[in-house]
Amino acid sequence: MSLLSNTATLLGKELRTEFRSRELLTTTVVFILVVLILFSFAISPTAEESREFGPGLLWLAILFAASLMLQPCFLREQTNDTLSSLRLAVSDPFSIFLAKLIANTLFLLLTEILMLPLFAVFYNIPILPKLHYLLLVLFLGSLGISIAGTALSAISAQARMRELLLPLLLLPLLTPILVVSATVSVSLLDREPIVQWKGIAFLGVFDFIFLTALWLFGEYLLEE
Amino acid sequence: MAKRILLGVVAILLLIAAAYASFFVAPTERTMGVIQRIFYFHAATAWAGEMTFFVCFVANLLYIWKRQQKYDWLGVTCAEVGLACITVVLITGPIWAHPVWGIWWTWDARLTSTFVLWLLYISYLLLRSLIEEPDRRALLSALFGVFAFLDVPLVFFSIRWWRTQHPAPVVMGGSGSGLDPTMSKVFFFNVFVMHVFVAFLIVERYVLEKLRHDVDILQREVESQ
Repeated sequence: MSLLSNTATLLGKELRTEFRSRELLTTTVVFILVVLILFSFAISPTAEESREFGPGLLWLAILFAASLMLQPCFLREQTNDTLSSLRLAVSDPFSIFLAKLIANTLFLLLTEILMLPLFAVFYNIPILPKLHYLLLVLFLGSLGISIAGTALSAISAQARMRELLLPLLLLPLLTPILVVSATVSVSLLDREPIVQWKGIAFLGVFDFIFLTALWLFGEYLLEE
Repeated sequence: MAKRILLGVVAILLLIAAAYASFFVAPTERTMGVIQRIFYFHAATAWAGEMTFFVCFVANLLYIWKRQQKYDWLGVTCAEVGLACITVVLITGPIWAHPVWGIWWTWDARLTSTFVLWLLYISYLLLRSLIEEPDRRALLSALFGVFAFLDVPLVFFSIRWWRTQHPAPVVMGGSGSGLDPTMSKVFFFNVFVMHVFVAFLIVERYVLEKLRHDVDILQREVESQ
């Protein structure tokens, strides 16, 4: 039980830190917006093309944004060396990861939900018909990004050139998420939408595998 | 020392024999012609490279578990040797593909997952070069190595199930069905030889890593005096 209560307390701390300044959320929203607009300039898609490519570009923008957004996750703890106190305070270091990855998933989801209407307008894609499925895909995809990203940001925070290193470690690792989420989203936003349950299940499997790996190896990531 | 030289000599002699077998013993493939002979080298290197990455994964796990430096040396050794193998695979692949498929590259499951594998282990070596402290470098890179290795099957199946809507240009029979008996003998001989050669490279690189470590210690001793 202590895992859950510790996680809840730490999650509260993560959310408080962010909502005091809202720096991370604002910058990420603006970043995704800029990337989406630039994509549109770069390829100037027709209506059909934007249906075909839009969702992939959206996921690419989310991936890029996440690789920047996950940067301060452990770096923030370094400035005042709060990580060692955190580790002393909790019985299972996994709760630190759990709190951080839940917070990151929430932040990512929030930015995605803010971006969706703008995406629909700019790319002329009606998102309402299968919105609940789309939200499910966004949730599972963001969860996967956050699990892998939280683990890797604990690694990159301890290296030199960390700002560049995190995207280099994270983006190739997230290839399956990008491929599957983009494909599933394309078929959801098609003129005749199809729900690809196999893809949604695959995202769940990805999340499960990396969550298990994080649970098994998380404590070593925080070793001094 | 003598054993290492012997292994090297054997590996190189075997390589020459394998090249002879691929060029002169194996029959010429009917549709692809001479270019198909690159298959013996290409696929054998791929198998040996993937084997090396598997050893790297095991070494990473052992390091996390036992914390002995030898596993860290083995990890970096295998990552580098495996990366060299996969680089060869990624170069010989297009040389074969262009005349046969008419294109240099296609995003099919095997090609893409090999390419992502290559990228992941480049990141692994990059990560190592960016952490100074030896123990921390060993531990963190071992952890990343484990995550990277877990990712590879996921990449493979995600591409296979969702990206290959058009059947990829299927001419490559691979090692699977319908391989001529002589061809298959030559192929498995090549696979064996590549493994011996890779083992030789791993031993040499491992010794180098150990020497580097010894030099480090000696240097620190000299500086402290």
